[in-house]
Amino acid sequence: MWSKIFYAFLTLLGGIAYGLLLGGISRKITARMQNRRGPTVWQNFIDLWKLFRKKTAVSHGVMFYLAPMFRLVGGAGTFLLVPIVIDSPYLSNFSFGGDLIVIMYFMVLGCLGMALGAAESGHPHAPIGVTRGLSQMAGYELPFVISVVVLMIADKTATVEGIVRAQQGGILHWHLFTHPFAAAAAFISLLGMMTSYPFQVVLAPQEIAVGPPTEYSSTFLSYMFSGRSVFAMAKYLLFMDLFLGGAGSLLEAFAKTFLVFLWPLFITNVFPRFRLEQSVRFFWTWPTFIGLVDLLRISLMR
Amino acid sequence: MDKKNYFLDEKPEKLTYGGVFRKIDDWARARSLWVVAYGTGCGSIELRPTFTSRFDAERLGMRMVGTPRQADVLIISGYLTVKTLKRVIRVYEQMQSPKYVVALGACPINGGMYYDSYNAINQLDLYLPVDVWITGCMPRPEAILAGFKRLQELIDSGRADGWKKYIENLDWYRENQRKIIKNWKMPNYNW
Repeated sequence: MWSKIFYAFLTLLGGIAYGLLLGGISRKITARMQNRRGPTVWQNFIDLWKLFRKKTAVSHGVMFYLAPMFRLVGGAGTFLLVPIVIDSPYLSNFSFGGDLIVIMYFMVLGCLGMALGAAESGHPHAPIGVTRGLSQMAGYELPFVISVVVLMIADKTATVEGIVRAQQGGILHWHLFTHPFAAAAAFISLLGMMTSYPFQVVLAPQEIAVGPPTEYSSTFLSYMFSGRSVFAMAKYLLFMDLFLGGAGSLLEAFAKTFLVFLWPLFITNVFPRFRLEQSVRFFWTWPTFIGLVDLLRISLMR
Repeated sequence: MDKKNYFLDEKPEKLTYGGVFRKIDDWARARSLWVVAYGTGCGSIELRPTFTSRFDAERLGMRMVGTPRQADVLIISGYLTVKTLKRVIRVYEQMQSPKYVVALGACPINGGMYYDSYNAINQLDLYLPVDVWITGCMPRPEAILAGFKRLQELIDSGRADGWKKYIENLDWYRENQRKIIKNWKMPNYNW
């Protein structure tokens, strides 16, 4: 039991580190696409250390202090529920029966905590960002849940591990290829989850400063920063498990999460920004429609 | 909600600086300068090419942020009117320590071409502690990058301590600021 907790802690640190590294790589790739040199891939580690060691002289109340913790705990909780390497006693984390539903609940926790904290900060940009974030969440959750339900019906299981086991036996057994419609719906909703650029209405730089975290500084921001990176890692791992057949070794996990990471990155660099209502309307039409088609297909075929 | 909660309406106690991690801190601070995206004068036109593809300041670890709370560097880009000075003081005090000020162009040094203007200040370091001066009217992006290189050297060797001087000599700075700003309608201390 204690060794499992110890290894879970180690994987969490590894997840934060790999998430920060991926963030640095994305900054580098973005820079190269814009014909620049860009920062080093380790830039996010330097930023994190600097933020962590800055002074904090702002006081806005209890929830203001708790919100970055909510963010970090929401990210870490999601991360620890997703199995990284299947069959490994150390790297399968705390997955259990019915965990897929718990994961979907946990993914909302960080956003809700952020909403409460940002509202307490008192800055007028923060509630605008929060409203946008929660509305957009209602947008992308729908197609994502539909496609997850399709997978649950197809494999007759509600565990991530069961879904991974159903995809074993070669690339063509991956859900990406056996259920392409559900995969398409989920990967489009991943763009919303990662707030990549057509759907970047929450932080919306140049429009509402940086939205919800406008008042957050120094150490708070460093917690949010690491929470965001581990949350991103959790989503990459979840999509790897659901659609890319999971991972049999750590190396495979690195490679497949990198593949999932490239998808929102390449989309984000070539698009301008939607307005909020355009974004929600998009999520409630195309990906939802595609997901419903697959849901109908899987219900009729049973 | 209690309005007073939003401001710390008292003098800050002397901030300590140092500790075992001081070397690493200085190293990291020099390589991760976040600039608050606020242009006071015509010099901000030179900041756009500095931060975009042509001159790419991000390779030095710098980036623009939209809020003073998250920023490390305040750039006074060109002439500073009395009206703007009030905003600049608020922005500077809302930034979290350690923080640095870079003054661009001739105007913050001696008034430049606005030396006899009725509403532009002539000497910036009477009101805010300046770490690096970059001369020119206006300095080109190369000069700005050279100035930031200098700021990085200063931070790396622990000599960029304008923020400490500001807190130590706050009464002197306040006296100067209040001489210029007649309608001081803001909290006494807004960190």
